[in-house]
Amino acid sequence: MIQKTLDKLRPHFEEGGKLSAFRSVFDGFETFLVVPSTTSKSGVSIHDSIDSKRIMSFVVIALLPALFFGMYNIGYQNYQAAGVEASCVDLFLYGLLVMLPKIVVSYVVGLGIEFVVAQWKKEEIQEGYLVTGILIPMIVPVDTPLWMLAVAVAFSVIFAKEIYGGTGMNIFNPALVARAFLFFAYPTSMSGDKVWLAKDTWFSLGNIIPDSHTLATPLGEAAAHIAPQGDFWTYCVGLMPGSVGETSVIAIAIGAVILLWTGIASWKTMCSVFVGGAATAYLFNISGLADNAVAAIPWYNHLVLGGFCFGAVFMATDPVTSARTEGGKYIYGLLIGVLAITIRVLNPGYPEGMMLAILFMNMFAPLIDYCFVQRNINKRLQRTKTK
Amino acid sequence: MAALFSKENRQAFTEPLSLNNPVLVQVLGICSALAVTAKLEPAIVMGLSVTVITAFSNVIVSLIRKTIPNRIRIIIQLVVVAALVTIVSMILKAFAYDVSVQLSVYIGLIITNCILMGRLEAFAMTNGPWQSFLDGIGSGLGYAWILVVVGAVRELLGNGTLLGFNIIPEACYNAGYVNNGMMTMPAMSMIILGCIIWVHRAYTTKNTK
Repeated sequence: MIQKTLDKLRPHFEEGGKLSAFRSVFDGFETFLVVPSTTSKSGVSIHDSIDSKRIMSFVVIALLPALFFGMYNIGYQNYQAAGVEASCVDLFLYGLLVMLPKIVVSYVVGLGIEFVVAQWKKEEIQEGYLVTGILIPMIVPVDTPLWMLAVAVAFSVIFAKEIYGGTGMNIFNPALVARAFLFFAYPTSMSGDKVWLAKDTWFSLGNIIPDSHTLATPLGEAAAHIAPQGDFWTYCVGLMPGSVGETSVIAIAIGAVILLWTGIASWKTMCSVFVGGAATAYLFNISGLADNAVAAIPWYNHLVLGGFCFGAVFMATDPVTSARTEGGKYIYGLLIGVLAITIRVLNPGYPEGMMLAILFMNMFAPLIDYCFVQRNINKRLQRTKTK
Repeated sequence: MAALFSKENRQAFTEPLSLNNPVLVQVLGICSALAVTAKLEPAIVMGLSVTVITAFSNVIVSLIRKTIPNRIRIIIQLVVVAALVTIVSMILKAFAYDVSVQLSVYIGLIITNCILMGRLEAFAMTNGPWQSFLDGIGSGLGYAWILVVVGAVRELLGNGTLLGFNIIPEACYNAGYVNNGMMTMPAMSMIILGCIIWVHRAYTTKNTK
């Protein structure tokens, strides 16, 4: 049925039709709704019949558990801060209402820019923003003002993506660039202990919380020299303050299973991030930096705190910006883990190091790939020589 | 008098302003352009200093260009520039102390500014003093207006002020507007400069087609 409606509408959008100015928009929606009839006509590479929009849809599905849990958590934090009892449904609905404007803003601004650029350059709409658009609201604190989100989205889509040539050409992960922009441009709205709580009511749901109410993330506490109190399982379940999508390890694990099962994310990258992080955190544990509360956090807690899991599962494995050689993935992931924990422990200015670690390694991914490709070339050269 | 403003002379002055801009087209002098543009005032002072120094070092080198031995010309040019930079630096310290503190080493580093060396080598060594003067003024102003634009954008968005006066009304802050801290970092001036080059290239290539 969808196919029929689309076929009926198509002539309007062809060259000369009255709506030809929106051709790229139409294309985008068409391929989003149905598998296009034009996949892999030529070329020797083997395509299965899904194009990259299907991949993106799987990633979005994998993100949903973390997103839904994040919404529930928003409600939970709000009602708990107000000291009011409420049903699960109320908590979730409140979180949904708080999150919806952010998701809408992120998609409208980001896709708007993509549509304009695609129309201007007479290209197809790129689908990459589907994932980025949902990632950005998930990795910011819940109290981020909408206009800041819009500015950050515009900045990252233009300067992290379109400038490099659009989807698939970017060096840095656009969602992380948006977060980094917010972090450096508006530090008071992105960290500290006042931003992790939704403070308004929405359609008579939720409670108004006074501005003075503070809520620190465990890592924020540790950076302020207070040893965090929770144990491993509280952190895993994730009913604690933090960026929207990052708190629950269980929800993220469900997403990770989906990504690995569909083969979109590389288990090599994912595992080596955890290995690198665990090893570094363990080294800091036994190094005995006495006056550093972050170094004293046990290594297994380090892995489930803050954005570590979220970054490892959804950010580090981004197929565009990570290393592409199989051996390179180990190095790439390992160094992300090492750097993330190192930044956390040694730099009191940044309670969370995952964002900077991934962005930094994004930059080195091509170099890692180059080294591995060269090594393979040399190996094979030698093999032919000895024969 | 007509000969003073002949077509060639006018070209020597106007070309570096846009078509052959030292920053936008030749991409010279980027370092100082990034370092001093966090606020508008130091950007203006820096731009003017470079203009004055380029103009007069161009004139002096052009006057003595026939007596300069070719093999040691760079050293001689540097001596001329260094003398002028010292004079400007002393004047700034005497009359605009605050700004000279903000600019710190960057006034001294004008000696190594590529724009200066480039103009001396490429223009003053082969042209007469009046033409060299116009070229120096043109190049300096071409550099200065970029600095002023970048400085104005960064100060306006980063601090909400221009030359120290509040521009963004208090009502905006009350409504939730926050100054963009990233604008005060050097990284952002690189991005703004990139945008200016982007617009400039798009405009000039369309014209030449």
